[in-house]
Amino acid sequence: MERKKLNIPVTILLIIGTIFILFPLYITVVNAFKTPQETAQSILALPQMFGFGNFTRAIELTNFFNAFTNSFYITLFTVVFTLLTNSMVAYAIARNMHKKFYKILFYYFVSAMFIPFPIIMLPIVKQMSNLGLTNPSGLILLYIVYGLSFNIFLYVGYIKTIPLELEEAAIVDGASRWGVFWRVIFPLLSPMNATVGILTALWAWNDFMLPLVILSDRSHQTLPLVQYVFQSQFATNYNLAFASYLLALLPMIILYLFLQKWIISGVTQGAIK
Amino acid sequence: MQKKSSNVYLLMILPALILFFSFHTFPAIQGIFYSFTNSRGYGNWDFVGLKNYIHVFQDARAIDAYVFTFKFAILSTILVNVISLMIALGLNANVKFRKTLRGIYFMPNILSVLIVGFIFNYIFSMFIPSIARTLGIEALSTSILGKPELAWIGIVIVAVWQAAAFNTILYLAGLATISQDLYEASSLDGANKWHEFWKITFPLIAPFFTINMVLAMKNFLMVFDHIVALTGGGPGRATESISLLIYRGGFQGGEFAYQSANAVIYFIVIVAVSVFQIRNLQKREVEM
Repeated sequence: MERKKLNIPVTILLIIGTIFILFPLYITVVNAFKTPQETAQSILALPQMFGFGNFTRAIELTNFFNAFTNSFYITLFTVVFTLLTNSMVAYAIARNMHKKFYKILFYYFVSAMFIPFPIIMLPIVKQMSNLGLTNPSGLILLYIVYGLSFNIFLYVGYIKTIPLELEEAAIVDGASRWGVFWRVIFPLLSPMNATVGILTALWAWNDFMLPLVILSDRSHQTLPLVQYVFQSQFATNYNLAFASYLLALLPMIILYLFLQKWIISGVTQGAIK
Repeated sequence: MQKKSSNVYLLMILPALILFFSFHTFPAIQGIFYSFTNSRGYGNWDFVGLKNYIHVFQDARAIDAYVFTFKFAILSTILVNVISLMIALGLNANVKFRKTLRGIYFMPNILSVLIVGFIFNYIFSMFIPSIARTLGIEALSTSILGKPELAWIGIVIVAVWQAAAFNTILYLAGLATISQDLYEASSLDGANKWHEFWKITFPLIAPFFTINMVLAMKNFLMVFDHIVALTGGGPGRATESISLLIYRGGFQGGEFAYQSANAVIYFIVIVAVSVFQIRNLQKREVEM
């Protein structure tokens, strides 16, 4: 029971360490509120007054609400359809792993995790533009399909732990296989759905490479992509840039403040499987 | 009844299988196929055999990209693992504000790498030089991102800052699996902290060490966003990673077939490195 003693030196070291994490965010916040003259005087100092001028200009320049809406819808549809489809595919595979076909299928999907995106990048862009899918719908489709590899791996491991008796009872009661999945299994998958949902949302929201190569229309650009596109214009006005970065980071930070416990445990569950 | 059920299973997987093949496997096969041609991504093309592959090995730009990417990935992997293991050990001790501290250390994981990169870009190019000038440190008075021999260090810093969050959480999960009884037994035997770590803690979290090393290395070998945000591959081509080279050469340089060959080599390299790491680290797990 000696170990219950509070470890003060380590607490202090850890608090000092957070400076390294928080410093870039501090720089972003204070400079987002400052004028170029204030920043020239001191990068570190607090702004003389908290005006929102940089933010309104950044919103206008980058068409922030348009990019936010794009990111929001892309993330939302990606997460919803990933949960609905990937879990179902994994269920069919998990319940048939004794059959050769499904076993091969499992390894087919999972081994694709090792294929780096650049090998697909050049042909997929050509293919998507031939299909007229260089838009958010195409991007959502790719996220759902590319997520299969890892998500099947996660779901199959989890579904195997769900006893078959539950399903058999439902079948005896006259439920169809579909009914069993949607009414019995899917609700039981909730913890894994949370993990997959969180990982998918973080990926779709923060991803840069796939939107960069797939989205062809300026009005479809996502939040990270917009920061990239406006980089040259930001170079002359850092305060505007910081306001724009802060706006782009804020939705996820706010979500994190409220769902911290869920997000951390979701990511952990996904990683230790 | 049984028959109907297996039909339903087939229906559940078939659309996903078709889509996965069409949008993942098929383009991958195409990439491999075109790597043996002289296609520019459009128009006519001919088979050229292994010519593209031979060229990659003779291409100074490609070799530089591999050297840079490996240099970056190895240093970042080591630093990330050392730092995140230290943070995890700290958070696992009996500290005050544990939940809040964990929340702060994990935060970089939820932020866009690209935007974080842009913020650090400013810190490297404006903040550090201005501090250095006031303090009279000549070496840091200009941006390190502008120096061919130092720019990669800036990318390492951002990569470590961002990736340590995820590795820390994994190590914490590993540390949570160790029973307190083991430590109590060892403290009775008079083992000090340093011994305790190497004799008990580290061997017991060895599987987590393996995953962290493999995942970190694989992710760092694919580095792209960091570089776009910090240096754009420069100065010159000093920090051009393999992903960035394939992206640029393939889309802007009209080197569709050539960069496809490069991507195939890249794929083989990543798999080889992962397999090599897993083999060696798992052997060590057993020995410990």
